[in-house]
Amino acid sequence: MIRNRRRPAAVVAGVAVSTLVLAACGSSGDSAEDANTLTFLVDNTELSVDLAEALASAFEAQNEGVDVQVETRPQGGEGDNVVKTRLSTGDMADVFQYNSGSLLQALNPAETLVPVTDQPFVDNLEDVFRQAVTIDGEVYGAPFGTAMGGGVLYNRAVYEQLGLEVPQTWDEFMANNAAIEEAGITPVIQTYGPDATWTSQLPVLGDFHNVAAEEPDFAEQWTAGEAKFASTPAAAAGFEHLQEIHEAGYQNEDFASAGYSDGLEMLASGEGAHYPMLTFAVPEIVAQFPDQAQDVGFFALPGDDAATNGLTVWAPAGVYVPVTTEGDKRELAMDFLGFIASPEGCDAMTEVASPAGPYLVEGCTLPEDVPQAVQDLQSYFEEDGRTTPALEFVSPVKGTSLEQITVEVGSGIRSAQDAAALYDEDAKKQAQQLGIEGW
Amino acid sequence: MATVIHSAPAGQASAPPAPERPRRRAKSQYPYWFYLPAGVVYGVLFLVPTVIAFYFSLTRWGLFSQEFIGFDNFVQFFRERALVTGLKNSLIYGVLTSALKVVLGLLFAVMLTSQIIARGWLRSVVFFPVLVSTIGVGITFVVLMDPQEGLINEALALVGIDGPGWLTDPDLALYSVALVDVWKGVGLATVIYIAGIVSIPRDYFEAAAMDGAGAWQRFRNIILPLARPATVTVIILSLIGGLRSFDLIWAMTRGGPGFSSDVIASVIYKQYQAGFWGLSTAGNVILFLAVALIVVPLFWALNRKQVEM
Repeated sequence: MIRNRRRPAAVVAGVAVSTLVLAACGSSGDSAEDANTLTFLVDNTELSVDLAEALASAFEAQNEGVDVQVETRPQGGEGDNVVKTRLSTGDMADVFQYNSGSLLQALNPAETLVPVTDQPFVDNLEDVFRQAVTIDGEVYGAPFGTAMGGGVLYNRAVYEQLGLEVPQTWDEFMANNAAIEEAGITPVIQTYGPDATWTSQLPVLGDFHNVAAEEPDFAEQWTAGEAKFASTPAAAAGFEHLQEIHEAGYQNEDFASAGYSDGLEMLASGEGAHYPMLTFAVPEIVAQFPDQAQDVGFFALPGDDAATNGLTVWAPAGVYVPVTTEGDKRELAMDFLGFIASPEGCDAMTEVASPAGPYLVEGCTLPEDVPQAVQDLQSYFEEDGRTTPALEFVSPVKGTSLEQITVEVGSGIRSAQDAAALYDEDAKKQAQQLGIEGW
Repeated sequence: MATVIHSAPAGQASAPPAPERPRRRAKSQYPYWFYLPAGVVYGVLFLVPTVIAFYFSLTRWGLFSQEFIGFDNFVQFFRERALVTGLKNSLIYGVLTSALKVVLGLLFAVMLTSQIIARGWLRSVVFFPVLVSTIGVGITFVVLMDPQEGLINEALALVGIDGPGWLTDPDLALYSVALVDVWKGVGLATVIYIAGIVSIPRDYFEAAAMDGAGAWQRFRNIILPLARPATVTVIILSLIGGLRSFDLIWAMTRGGPGFSSDVIASVIYKQYQAGFWGLSTAGNVILFLAVALIVVPLFWALNRKQVEM
């Protein structure tokens, strides 16, 4: 009993002490800030950190006395939380990397970011990227890394061994799959493990070139709330393709638990033949499986018509300056963005990571010896009309549960038609949140 | 957590022998203003945000703007198919984990209060999982439960059983997580029960021994009824914990595959992640009301019977 009686006092004392500690923490913090120091927040993928470090040290070498400190945050939804929270509390790093396109829109750039429209480097940006970081007429960022293609990474050794040709239509693709399965190789790699559910979206998102080929106004009407995935056959096709793959049993046996790196390994080793993916996986394949990297090629997701076959392009992420970066620091930050969007910046990035596609900055070049998959990707850029930016770069409306929905379709839990309707419903929330008319 | 461990044994100690209670009430050694610092912290960090949350649940709330939209968020939340699954899953999860913790906790407690070898060590072993980080437990079990390479299915394969996809089968995922939750939480229930059983006066057992009662009769007629306050504590605590559980589910399945193991809390979290802060707050208000509607009447019913006894 005696011990029991003492406890309340101890608790009160404990709380008092911890409040004092908290208060003490609050008052220290941001003293001694150096105008020549920039903090640079990037996501914590190995690639992003490598690129950021390379840019930081190249910029430091060019500007004496400047110190760029790279900070990291988680990827995906958790990272979105960090970025949004830090922006809304005025606690953002001096410059930060974040998605371009529809996700950028959700940061409310007009109030949170400094426009770079007047900066000289903006003239050097390619249209695809400039559009992806332009909101209400103001440009906001510099490109972090290269453009990417969304399509199918495939194993060329398997294709050679079985005498297959790169498919131009969905039917040809499925015929290839049948032949690959006969040879005892997994035709389509899918990875729905807890950290890799995002990979399930590629068959839908990467199909947008085919959607736009058939319905050129889809993006506009989708934004206006007039066109829907469920009621547009070309748009619902992505979901249906995923369902077909599942029903044909073309997935790897462990698709439900496999992770992203498992998928890359299966592809590089030739255990699996196709992996619907963004080409940003190429640098990682090169780093992890240097001997097999030349076996990995790339083709755009095939649609109904061979004549309109082409590539869905992802603009790179951007580097932005929040409004909380002020005075001299803001100028330094602008210089840093200018450096990132310059040939020197591109070269600094090329040095640490093999490019996943073309840089969207005038004057930037790719090295001669780019990996096979990137060469394949380049060929789409060389012809007019064979590339289309992904839907998320031409419309602010993107549902947030797509990855769960595509996992359901790819696992046979939900039918393609039902999934398309559910995605329409999902996108509605985003549109309403952004205050877009027609939803 | 800490308060739970402290208050529970004290509650049990006071319940069966009645005269103790008034004596403790009468004499508080410290004046009430000693509670002020705690009161301020509680008010600022808990009460005020709770009240504000009720307002924000009626707005469309983004980074810098908020717009009053009445009950639209609630309408939207109830139209969402994921929420209906979430609500159902939360109930299944809460009831299942709570029931298993009561049964297993009581069994362990009976075993650990009897004269067995290495009793102290066994008590630590049972309590140990409570001390481990939930996320750590979650990640560990994700590895163990891997359908192809996990230790569990490999062990089953040795005896010729083809193990299921514990976390990848949409019909099974929620139950697998619930079982891990029980593994992790049963230690706490056991400790509460041990305290309850130990505080039963020895006289009852001696009297029963004189009458020649066997082990089963001692359990059925002495331990079970007299450990009732402990049962109430375990049920209430684990039910509340189960209804609002989030961390373990998030670490193990993220609500997947698809939406099949989503609970209310994970649905709310996903809305928050997506930047739908008003909608997410509305979800929290719903969760608050749901927990209150289930637990308050239950608490009342359980405690009323206790007084009658």
